[in-house]
Amino acid sequence: MAETTTRAKLRWGLLDVIVVVFALVPVLWIASLSFKTPGTLTDGRFWPREWTLDNYRTIFETDQFVRALANSIGIALIATAIAVVLGAMAAYAISRLDFPGKKLLVGVSLLIAMFPQVSLVSPLFEIERQLGLFDTWPGLILPYITFALPLAIYTLSAFFKQIPWDLEKAAKMDGATQGQAFRRVIAPLAAPGLFTTAILVFIFCWNDFLFAITLTSTERARTVPVALSFFTGESQFEDPTGAICAAAVVITVPIILFVLFFQRRIVSGLTSGAVKG
Amino acid sequence: MSVDASAPGARAAADGTGRRPEVPAQRAGRRGRAPLSENKKAERRLGWLLCAPAALVMVLVTAYPIGYSVWLSLQRFDLRFPDQREFVGLENYVTVLTNEFWWTAFGVTALITVVTVAVELVLGMGLALIMHRTLVGRGIVRTAALIPYGIVTVVAAFSWRYAWTPGTGYLANLFGDGAPLTERASSLAIVMLAEIWKTTPFMALLLMAGLALVPEDLLKAASTDGATGWQRFTKVMLPVMKPAILVALLFRTLDAFRVFDNIFVLTAGGNETSSVSMLAYNNLIRGLNLGIGSTMSVLIFLTVAVIAFVFVKLFGTAAPGSDDSERR
Repeated sequence: MAETTTRAKLRWGLLDVIVVVFALVPVLWIASLSFKTPGTLTDGRFWPREWTLDNYRTIFETDQFVRALANSIGIALIATAIAVVLGAMAAYAISRLDFPGKKLLVGVSLLIAMFPQVSLVSPLFEIERQLGLFDTWPGLILPYITFALPLAIYTLSAFFKQIPWDLEKAAKMDGATQGQAFRRVIAPLAAPGLFTTAILVFIFCWNDFLFAITLTSTERARTVPVALSFFTGESQFEDPTGAICAAAVVITVPIILFVLFFQRRIVSGLTSGAVKG
Repeated sequence: MSVDASAPGARAAADGTGRRPEVPAQRAGRRGRAPLSENKKAERRLGWLLCAPAALVMVLVTAYPIGYSVWLSLQRFDLRFPDQREFVGLENYVTVLTNEFWWTAFGVTALITVVTVAVELVLGMGLALIMHRTLVGRGIVRTAALIPYGIVTVVAAFSWRYAWTPGTGYLANLFGDGAPLTERASSLAIVMLAEIWKTTPFMALLLMAGLALVPEDLLKAASTDGATGWQRFTKVMLPVMKPAILVALLFRTLDAFRVFDNIFVLTAGGNETSSVSMLAYNNLIRGLNLGIGSTMSVLIFLTVAVIAFVFVKLFGTAAPGSDDSERR
């Protein structure tokens, strides 16, 4: 028996290793490229022979990248904050209150989760041009909120349904005011759900490329993924590969940190939203 | 989990208002207590008030533009020649639907969708089983598997592009000396590889949630009755997981149909590797042709609606949303 478990452990361990390698190789590769010197960039080897930080220095000296990074952070944070607040309100209503039209709202948000975003590209381009929203922060924040809301509503209502709301009643019986009951009892219970949802929504906004490339035209609102695809290097003859890779690593680091620290929460958020509906 | 069973009581107590017996709502039978009409009205108002902003944003940013898109698709409307704007009926649709670029792009998109979703279902199931049942390093596997999900698609696409670029990449000489991203078949294969790498974890997570619903006792019982591993998988796990599998397939199919980022970075649509999204983008931003671009938008929307409809028919009652939020 002991022998079989050791063998089973080895087998599972081997499978684990395959998964980890498969998941990490493209990430390590782009990180490795970002540390290569221009001379060794095209040697085709997986690990750098000579290490340099020049690529990082270059990108942080170019206005193009710094502006895009500021845009990305600002737009993603604002969109996340608004989507989580609106989503929390709707999710509270869906999980706690009884009112006609609830099913409709759940249905509509599901439809939007499946909506082909590219179908909005042409009309939004024209509408935002007329409204003066084209190439501005709100011009990107609005579609991001829209497509983040279904995710936020699903995840949050799944979380809210697990909160033992009777505790609120109990706190009040013990003499707490409505405000205290909310602050001391309900808010701490709801916080992990809100936080998880915020991470998922942030990843969504951070990742977007389609809206960012169609609804912006200058550095005013261009986000990093789009700026990356337009990187040309300082001069016509300079290969931008190193700079692109360095920029790619910079925008990947926050996501990797989120994943490392909040793995369990992200998994529960994604799955509760999608399956427990 | 079932909030609806406890909520009305908790609320009535929380409100602390006088209770006047009223017309029993549907709930009353279940709870054995009649809800209050004023409370009920206030509850409705609060519910609507809380949902209004979210609903308003979602409808304003999707329904209105789609309607507007239909209107634009019936016009000749090229921003380079704004004077020539006029109503042309279905002419744009005829133009697009008789255009071979459209059908090539449609074929490419369909191929990518079918192949990636099929491969992801198999790999995702494997990954879900590993994440769910592995005896060692469960945390590490789950964390590693989440990384492709979180990474910006454009970043991953650049990584794959450089990996296959001759001279630079570690994979470039894998299949001889050619430049894989300059040939149609190999470019499409790389696009699919990039898509599969990026989205398999998402598929696996949804399937893992389904796996968690499989009762352990049932597996043990099957095992005692002499079922092999494969039989336990097909006869016990799969039936229980069916709803989760359908949800995962639906989400991934619709998502795969929107493929854009990877193609943009990997091939820029060269060598007939454009997807429908790529084509719509090119017509809009490069061509500034709002009429044709909107026509494509509407056609893509209709295609996705048909796919979703077919899936929901397959789901039957298992469809999320057909079942309200109070299921459990």
